[in-house]
Amino acid sequence: MHDNSRRKFLKQGGALLAAGTLSISVVELAFGKGSEDRFTFAYISDSHITQIKGNRFVRNWDRGLIRAVAEANLLDPRPDFVFYGGDIAQLGKPEEIDHGLEMLAGLRGKVHYVMGEHDYYLDLGDYWRKQLGPDHYSFDHKGVHFVVLNSILTHENWMHRKWDSGMDRMKQMARLDNPNGQPFMVGDTQRDWLKKDLEKVSKNTPIVVFSHSPLQKIYKGWNFWTDDAEQVQALLKPFDKVTVLYGHVHQIQTNQIGNISFQSAMATAWPWPYPATYKQQASYMPKLTVDMNRADPFFERDATGWQFIDVHSGRVDVNYLLPDNTNRTVAFDEKAGHPVDTKYQAEVNRIPPQKHY
Amino acid sequence: MTYRKTYRTLLAAASMLMVVQTAPVQADEFSDEDLARWQQEYLSVVGQGDKLFHGGLSSKNTVSCDQCHPNAANTHPETYPKFQRQLGRVVALWEMINWCIQNPLESELLAADDPRMIALQAYIVEERRGAVLEPGKH
Ligand code: HEC
Ligand SMILES: [Fe+2]
Ligand SMILES: [Fe+2]
Repeated sequence: MHDNSRRKFLKQGGALLAAGTLSISVVELAFGKGSEDRFTFAYISDSHITQIKGNRFVRNWDRGLIRAVAEANLLDPRPDFVFYGGDIAQLGKPEEIDHGLEMLAGLRGKVHYVMGEHDYYLDLGDYWRKQLGPDHYSFDHKGVHFVVLNSILTHENWMHRKWDSGMDRMKQMARLDNPNGQPFMVGDTQRDWLKKDLEKVSKNTPIVVFSHSPLQKIYKGWNFWTDDAEQVQALLKPFDKVTVLYGHVHQIQTNQIGNISFQSAMATAWPWPYPATYKQQASYMPKLTVDMNRADPFFERDATGWQFIDVHSGRVDVNYLLPDNTNRTVAFDEKAGHPVDTKYQAEVNRIPPQKHY
Repeated sequence: MTYRKTYRTLLAAASMLMVVQTAPVQADEFSDEDLARWQQEYLSVVGQGDKLFHGGLSSKNTVSCDQCHPNAANTHPETYPKFQRQLGRVVALWEMINWCIQNPLESELLAADDPRMIALQAYIVEERRGAVLEPGKH
């Protein structure tokens, strides 16, 4: 599954990034040459840029995004594009979105975006769309069909209820453990659109779907959840190779449901505990998930990160770049028929910080 | 005769019991009302802690505890006191709370007996109820 040259690329790339050197010349261009169906893209997510007052922003979150952008720019070979997984802002303020986009403007190459709930619920996405365009769309790249969905919508009557202010509504949604929280959903309109969009795609075309929330049900209490996940999955079912990449959860999650592989992205801002660490409620973490290392609060970038993604033969390998941690790779294993952590998947290979309680 | 004697003894015993019941409350006795009141006092402090944890603590950079610890997850109160490598010693729960107040929240430390510190601990421990005490465990 992995040829040596690729492993070398990862290893040296990882060491280099961890060391924080800006020289990238020693990284070998080991793959991509001649293989039409192999390419990479970078995936950055969940920066939660927070305005304190005026031009003061929370330093910690700024640092996370700045670092991810700087490191993504070091990738060699160059990724074909960058994907941003949502939650640029904390409270969806234009100042926060602008400040985030200013930092993201430092990225070399094209960036695609998906909407996060922290971008949306202040003005129902108006400012985000003004800056970035439609919140659901598709594009084709080197034989792969990419679909972007806004999966963080909720019940219409809740969104359009008489709120004192948009900020009121945002604060309800921004609180992850809100006991009055509303479930995320893609909704009828987008599902109809998706159905039509997929009609023109042949069944053996690899599909990669980007959403902010997981298009599967893991834990409703923290909205690691999309209410109409099964209906979206049903639309994706006829295709041979489907991968869903999502943000929102601020942690590594891996799953396979039928033909669909699921992989999550780390946040650049802060990590979240796994729902199982909350004692009072049951959750459904996919068994394939190998927990990220438990965060050490004393290193502010610990358990945060970003990822670069290697697409080959329509399968997706996610390389997690984790400052203050060993980088990880979760790659599709053709034999097993699902993604596996290339180092830690076997129970005996787990390390103590991956064992949460 | 015997009957009457027994009766008298019983009466005496009963009146002694009555005396005990109407005597001033002794230290080891409490009623259902007491229990209800104590629970209610406790829960009201848990409620204050819940609010502080979810943005009620004045935070210099607006960041709040729940952003990183939804439902106070990953606060592991049952493992305290324990050794914290970077502090270089065994610390109590409130010291680690202060660490998070000072660093992620970039805010002022709270005194150990500050009612807000007590409320934060009450909320954290309440969310973790049922966990087995494992002092020292990392
Ligand atoms: C930027 C994210 C962040 C914020 C905000 C934050 N913490 Fe933490 N905190 C952490 C991380 C990460 C850890 C380590 C978690 C672990 O040990 O699994 C931690 C650890 C702790 C611990 C010790 C846990 C243990 O297992 O030893 C306590 C208690 C705690 N935090 C309380 C708080 C309180 C109270 C607040 C609000 C005043 C707060 N934290 C705000 C990130 C944060
Ligand atoms: Fe997020
Ligand atoms: Fe989110």
